[in-house]
Amino acid sequence: MTEFFTMGGYAAFVWPAYGLAALVLIGLLVVSLKGLREAEATVRALEGVRTPRRRARAAAHSDTAHSHTAPSSAPGLPGKASEG
Amino acid sequence: MHRFANPARFLRLSALLLPWTAGATVILLIAGLYLSLFGSPPDYQQGDTVRIMYIHVPAAWMSLFVYTNMAIAAAAGLVWKHPLADLFAKAAAPIGAGFTLICLVTGSLWGAPMWGTWWVWDARLTSVLILFFLYLGYMALVNAFDDPQRGARAGDVLLLVGIVNVPIIKFSVDWWNTLHQPASVVRMGGPTIDSSMLIPLLVMAVGFTTYFITVVILRLRAELAQRKIQTLRFSVAGDGATG
Repeated sequence: MTEFFTMGGYAAFVWPAYGLAALVLIGLLVVSLKGLREAEATVRALEGVRTPRRRARAAAHSDTAHSHTAPSSAPGLPGKASEG
Repeated sequence: MHRFANPARFLRLSALLLPWTAGATVILLIAGLYLSLFGSPPDYQQGDTVRIMYIHVPAAWMSLFVYTNMAIAAAAGLVWKHPLADLFAKAAAPIGAGFTLICLVTGSLWGAPMWGTWWVWDARLTSVLILFFLYLGYMALVNAFDDPQRGARAGDVLLLVGIVNVPIIKFSVDWWNTLHQPASVVRMGGPTIDSSMLIPLLVMAVGFTTYFITVVILRLRAELAQRKIQTLRFSVAGDGATG
């Protein structure tokens, strides 16, 4: 096993070569994944800015309608009916 | 209309492709590392330093492969104004630069014990260093414009001018006297390298290729998301103005 790590006396050249390759390839992968996640999160946030306004308006509308007819109904139900 | 449909088709196809290329990369690189570190013999002249070859040579191939693909994309971007072509070149550039850096540094680490020098200004080494600067120059140029379209156009021209360097790199070892050895795999008359070393080399090369496909898909998806962010910002600003 020590033979493997000493690389026939060339450990100082062989291992840095493999180490640098691993560092560059893993580093690029991590940076790319992070960039993609951030960009997709921004897309979702921006789309959220536009849609909740409509959704909130619709929800407010259904809340007032329901408060007259069934004030004790389950809170999750009325919103769902009006969203589709 | 196909211009607008293509990015959507790319998103669908790439989502299907991504798990396969990522899985293949993991399997090929584990197998390649095993073969190059345990499963192959030391060289009778170079001893264990020959194991640097399994990183150095595939990285060198990738540096040329990625650049050539970017130049083809640049031509497609200039001629057909295909929106994905420019984004591909932009997404691929850092990966190509990474492979070129690996090629240069591992070559240096191999040259120090075997040639007795870390670096010589010979044709092969110098032309690869120029390739590295072409990658860096392209990345700087594309990001130097406020208008991404103008940046992409300038970058495309640089890529097409720089393509002359690719055959120079390939044939530099035949055209000039260099310290670097001539090709022993991609040559007329077939490889001169023993299969116990050729197989690990090819496994690593295919692994590097699937790695490139995987990461370039991730980066292209990010570039498309950035495009979408621009249009969304624009329309949100529009909503704010009218509402």
